[in-house]
Amino acid sequence: MNNRLINWFKFASPQSFYPLAGKMIPWFAALAVVFGVAGLWLGMVVAPTDFQQGEGYRIIFIHVPASWMSMFIYLVMAFWAALGLAYNTRLSGMMAQALAPTGALMAFLSLWTGALWGKPMWGTWWVWDARLTSELILLFLYIGFIALQASIDDPRRADKAGAVLALVGVVNIPIIYFSVKWWNTLHQGSSVSLTKSPSMAALMLWGMLLMALCFWMYSIAIALYRARSIMLERERGTEWVKEVLAAEGQGVSK
Amino acid sequence: MTIHWNSFSEFLAMGGYGVYVWGSFGVNALIMIVEPIVAIQRRKSLVARLKRQSRATDRNKEQ
Repeated sequence: MNNRLINWFKFASPQSFYPLAGKMIPWFAALAVVFGVAGLWLGMVVAPTDFQQGEGYRIIFIHVPASWMSMFIYLVMAFWAALGLAYNTRLSGMMAQALAPTGALMAFLSLWTGALWGKPMWGTWWVWDARLTSELILLFLYIGFIALQASIDDPRRADKAGAVLALVGVVNIPIIYFSVKWWNTLHQGSSVSLTKSPSMAALMLWGMLLMALCFWMYSIAIALYRARSIMLERERGTEWVKEVLAAEGQGVSK
Repeated sequence: MTIHWNSFSEFLAMGGYGVYVWGSFGVNALIMIVEPIVAIQRRKSLVARLKRQSRATDRNKEQ
């Protein structure tokens, strides 16, 4: 084994990941606030009216970031799940479990803001169209993952069962992403794409990208926070958790 | 970088889309406030529970 491999595995153990995550959380939280304030300022105060949708388009500044995060968090969750199945690492299951609630909330937010956007623009809160339905399935996948993990007492077996569900559900992500291309849907095409220049005014685009960064930082901070709690719970009885608990009482966070 | 709105009430009205825009942002804000609070509460009760348990096992060892 070479040195690089050893270092990489060092942080894969909860014992060394726990203090590292503790140091990173305040930074991610602070960045979330900074990006959020900047994005809201640009999007809600400075950006001009949309020529088609009036002021109603401003929902985009949270709808698109929430939708992106709901898909991306699922991919990260599935990545950890695959890693856990392949290498049986302790950290993987904890990370997947920590990500799921935030992913579910993002999927819910995507649907909620979408409904509130659809009502004035399309005249309906909901249609059973490909984009909306596949996003709803994503929400159910998250809920299913959480429920399945919660229903199995042995954490290692819960991780395995959850991982299989997460991996099977990955097929839904490209379906959501490409649904506006593959099928005729009421949902508009993507405002930002990797292959062509965005079909948005620069100010609106920057507002949306800043909000997306805010959602990223928020998600990382809250997932790491939750992961730390899961680590303590699952590794209880070990020396390092005892040390952490002892330090916790003296107001020293470790 | 000029401010787009002429007045605060205009900002609140959102050109007639106020209910939809603020309904979206309100629920979003609520989630991003409540989710961390719940996570912090859970961690606090978890730490308290783990401490109780470890004290109990220590007592059992002494006896």
